Amino acid sequence: MNSGEAGGIRAGTGAGGSNGGDGGGVGSLVEQAAQPLLVAEGLTKRYGERDALRAVSFEVGEGELVAIVGPNGAGKTTLLSILAGVQPASAGEVSGPGVGAALGWAPQQGAVYSKLTVAENLRLFARLADVADVEAAVEAMLDQTDLRARANERVERLSGGNRQRVNVALALIGDPPALALDEPTSALDPGQRQRLWEFVGDLARSGTAVLFSTHHLGEVRSYATRAIVLADGELLFDGTPDELVAEAGGPANFEAAFVSYLKVRGH
Amino acid sequence: MRWLLAKDLRILGRSRLLVGVLVLYPIAISLLIGLAISRSPGKPKVAIVNETPPGQTVHVGGQNVQVDQYVAELFDQVTPVAASSRAQAIAEIKSGKALAAVVIPRDIVARVSSGTKGAVEVLYNGNAIEQSVVQSELNSALAQANLQFSEQIQRAAAQAIGSLLGGGEGANVLGAPANLIGLKEIPGQLRATIAKLPGGPEREKLVRIERFAEFAAQNLGLARGVLSTIGQPIQVSSTAIEGRRTPLNTFAVVVAVSVSLMFVCVLLAAGGLALEREEHTLARLLRGTIARDGLLAEKLFLAAACSFVLALAMLAGIGAFVPLEWSRVGRWLLALAFGALAFGALGIAIGALAREVRAASLLAFGLSLPLAFLALVPAGSVASGVYDVVAVISFVFPFKPALQALDAAVNGASPGLAVSIAHLAGLTLLFGLLARVGLRRLE
Repeated sequence: MNSGEAGGIRAGTGAGGSNGGDGGGVGSLVEQAAQPLLVAEGLTKRYGERDALRAVSFEVGEGELVAIVGPNGAGKTTLLSILAGVQPASAGEVSGPGVGAALGWAPQQGAVYSKLTVAENLRLFARLADVADVEAAVEAMLDQTDLRARANERVERLSGGNRQRVNVALALIGDPPALALDEPTSALDPGQRQRLWEFVGDLARSGTAVLFSTHHLGEVRSYATRAIVLADGELLFDGTPDELVAEAGGPANFEAAFVSYLKVRGH
Repeated sequence: MRWLLAKDLRILGRSRLLVGVLVLYPIAISLLIGLAISRSPGKPKVAIVNETPPGQTVHVGGQNVQVDQYVAELFDQVTPVAASSRAQAIAEIKSGKALAAVVIPRDIVARVSSGTKGAVEVLYNGNAIEQSVVQSELNSALAQANLQFSEQIQRAAAQAIGSLLGGGEGANVLGAPANLIGLKEIPGQLRATIAKLPGGPEREKLVRIERFAEFAAQNLGLARGVLSTIGQPIQVSSTAIEGRRTPLNTFAVVVAVSVSLMFVCVLLAAGGLALEREEHTLARLLRGTIARDGLLAEKLFLAAACSFVLALAMLAGIGAFVPLEWSRVGRWLLALAFGALAFGALGIAIGALAREVRAASLLAFGLSLPLAFLALVPAGSVASGVYDVVAVISFVFPFKPALQALDAAVNGASPGLAVSIAHLAGLTLLFGLLARVGLRRLE
C-alpha cells in the first residue's frame, strides 16, 4: 500500500526504536515492550501543502492499551490508518509483527456489509484472511463479542452498539497480535461503552496490544495504560494519564489537565 | 475472489427491488418491442359519408367507373364508422367514436366527368399529436384510393383509345356505329383510293387527309403508352453501397438489447463498486486481503455475467415475435460477451469515481442515455462538424461498437463482428485502467 510514497510498513519481529514526544517513558509497561509489537518511526503524512502527521515516533508492546487523543484534525485517524496499512505514509516507517494486515483494524465508520448477517460478515472476512478454521473463528468471535444471539440478524437491523461490536469482531478475526480502534465508543450509550471497555480490557490482559482514538477523555483515565497526545500532526506527549496530569501541573481532573496541557503549548 | 463473488450475489439476492427490476425489465422490453414490431399499427377510425346517389358512375370512353369503388377502396384503408350525413359524422367525431370523417360530395361525379378535379372534405378532431397521426394516415389512405381510382380511369381511357385505333365490331366507344373503322386502317385504305385517282385538286385533298390519319394514328398509339405511366411515373430502385440490408425490425431488436445490456451492466458494475465505498468496506478489503485488480475484476465479471444472461433472455424472448437466425447464436454470444465486458469496464470506472451508490447510479444513467442517443444519430442528419464530434464520442465509449457487434452477429451487418469485438476489447482495457487509477486516487 505504500507504492509511490516514501513511508513503508515492515512487518516482522520488531525493529526497536526510540519513544517520541516529550512524555518520556511508559512506566512498567516499557519493560513489557522490550520486543515491541508495533514501531512507528518518523511517520509523516502530507496532503498537498498540509502536514497531517509530522515525524511521529513511538512503540507499542504486548498487552498495552494506548489511547491516542487530540483535538479534531490532530491526525489520530490518519495515524491509525497508516499503522493498519490502509494508506501509506509520506515519510517514515512502521514495523513490527503487529502492523499492516496483521493489525486488527476497526475504522470509525463500521466497515461491515449491512445486507449480510453478523455470522456471514465474520465468515466472509475470516475466509478472505485465510483463517485455517473459519467456523471455529466465527464461533469464537460470536462468543467473545457477545453477539451469538444476533448471529443470524442482518447488520442493517442491529443497534449502533451491536454494529460497533461487529466492527470490532471483524478486526479481531484471525486473532491479530495488535488492534487499532478508531473512536470505538462514539456511537455507544454509556452502558454499551462500559461493556465494550470490559471486553477490550480482557483482550489487553490476554496480551493483545490495543491502540484506540477517542474524544471521551474519561475513558482514557479509566482504561488506558498509556496516552499519546497529538495536535496538528505533532506528537506532544507519550506517557501514562497520571503523568499527563502531573505535567499539566494544576488540575487533578484529566479533561481539565488535557485542555491546559494543549493550551500551554499553543493548541 | 470467489468469496467476494458469493457475497455480492447474496447481497444482490437480498435487494429484492433490484432483482425484480432486473427480471421484469427484459420481459417488459421484450414484450413491448415484440408486439410493436409484429403487429402493424391499427387503422384509424374514420366516418365516411358518401353523398353520391347509389350506383353513380363516371363515364370514360365506353367505360363506366363506379364511384362506389372509390369509397370501397377508402373503406379498406381505414376502420370505417357508419355515418349517413355530414352532421352525423361530426357527431361521431365529437363523441370520440371516430377520429376523423371523409365527406364525398354529391357533385363529385359531375366534376370528374367534366374534367375538373373532384374534392372530398376531411374533418378532424383530437389534440395536435392525434391530428398529426390521423392526418398522416388519412392522407395516405386518400392517396391510395385516388391512385386506385385514377388507374381505373386510365385503363378505361386507354381502352377507348385502343378501340379508336383498332375499330371493328369490338369497338366499345360510347355512341360509336357498328363495324367502326379503326384509325390505323384509314391511311392504307386512303392510299389505295388515291392511287386510282388522276392528279388534280381532289387527289391533293385526299393526300392531305391520308397524312393526317397516319400522323393521328401514330400519336394516339403513343398517348396510350403515356397514359399507363401517369399513375406511377417514377419507379424507385435502391442499392445498399456497404454491408447487407438490415431489416428495420431486427435492427430495432438489436438496439433494444444493446440498450438493456448497457444499462444493466453499467449500473450493476458502478453500483457494486460504489457500495464497497459506501459501506466503508473498501479499505478493509484492500489492506491486504484482496488485490485492487482482483476486486475490480470481480465487480466487472459479476455485472457482465448478469447483463449477458439478461440480454440473451431478451433476444430469445423477442425471437418469439421476430424471426431471428438461430444458426448465428454463436455470434450472438460473442457479441454479447464482449459488449458486456466493455460496459462492465465502463461501470467500474464510474464506480471508482463515485463515493456512494446513488451518485454512481445517477452518473451511470446520465452517461448511458446520451451515449445511446448519440450512437443512433445517422450521418448527414446533423452538420458535419457536429457529426464528427458525435462520431468521436461514440468511438471512445462502448455503446456504438456493442451495437455494431450485435448488429453484425444478428443481421450480418457491417462492420464485421471481428472489428467490433477488437474495438470492444480495446475499450475494456482502457476503462479497466481508468478504474484502477480512479480507485487508487480515491483510496
